[in-house]
Amino acid sequence: MARALIHMPATARQGETIEIRALIGHAMETGHRPGADGKVVARDIIRTFACSYNGATVFDAALHPAISANPYIAFFTVATESGTLEFTWRGDNGFAQTERMPITVSAA
Amino acid sequence: MSGNAITDGTRRKLLQTGAGLGLGLGLLVLVRPALASPEALQAAIAAYTGGAVPKAGKVTLDVAKLIDNGNAVPITVTVDSPMTAAAHVTGIAVFNERNPETGVAEFTLGPRSGKAQVATRIRLATSQKLVAVARLSDGSYWQQTQDVIVTLAACIEGEAM
Repeated sequence: MARALIHMPATARQGETIEIRALIGHAMETGHRPGADGKVVARDIIRTFACSYNGATVFDAALHPAISANPYIAFFTVATESGTLEFTWRGDNGFAQTERMPITVSAA
Repeated sequence: MSGNAITDGTRRKLLQTGAGLGLGLGLLVLVRPALASPEALQAAIAAYTGGAVPKAGKVTLDVAKLIDNGNAVPITVTVDSPMTAAAHVTGIAVFNERNPETGVAEFTLGPRSGKAQVATRIRLATSQKLVAVARLSDGSYWQQTQDVIVTLAACIEGEAM
């Protein structure tokens, strides 16, 4: 399991736009870089990232080797109801990780 | 006399070639704005837009003009959109000109995004051009291009990264 950090407000008013910042520990090996033995190191990157809000996908991203190591993605979503936000990263060599964050939404 | 004739002929040919070159250069200068980016970048953008040529505007690609370290370059893409159910941004993509691969990232947004802004950190192999393209719910595409100068390039080092 890679270490993942997610920053987002724990509470929000209904209809408020909240910022979510997600970071995960991953080398994002490009597949273009020579290793210590002079041979090119095989590609090993995170290919996709998705965020679902109570089961409905609100944001997703397709990543290429040009994304830095330890991919950081910041985006926005509208707080609609209390529940859980689920963050999923998938990548090469069967990499898959899911993190969940609760959110409490009060009436506007 | 005959020597003079040859010289004249050569001079005529030279002049003709020169005129041709001049015309060619004139054409090159004329076509340049549309072909400023290498083919691969254009092809990648065309693949994303389905052949449509993005218009300039609405998109703001925020990146430092002078980059010390190409391994982690913070970028922010903001699109001018009300983000309502009727008019919103459905996607944002970032492309580069001179990395080994032209694609950087493609983001999918929707009316639930609330604000059309994404930020991430990218690698840049050398000084080059970055293009951010936004797809709107009405099917139009918009873009902004930024030129950046990179002093320490990503992808050139060995094991230590």
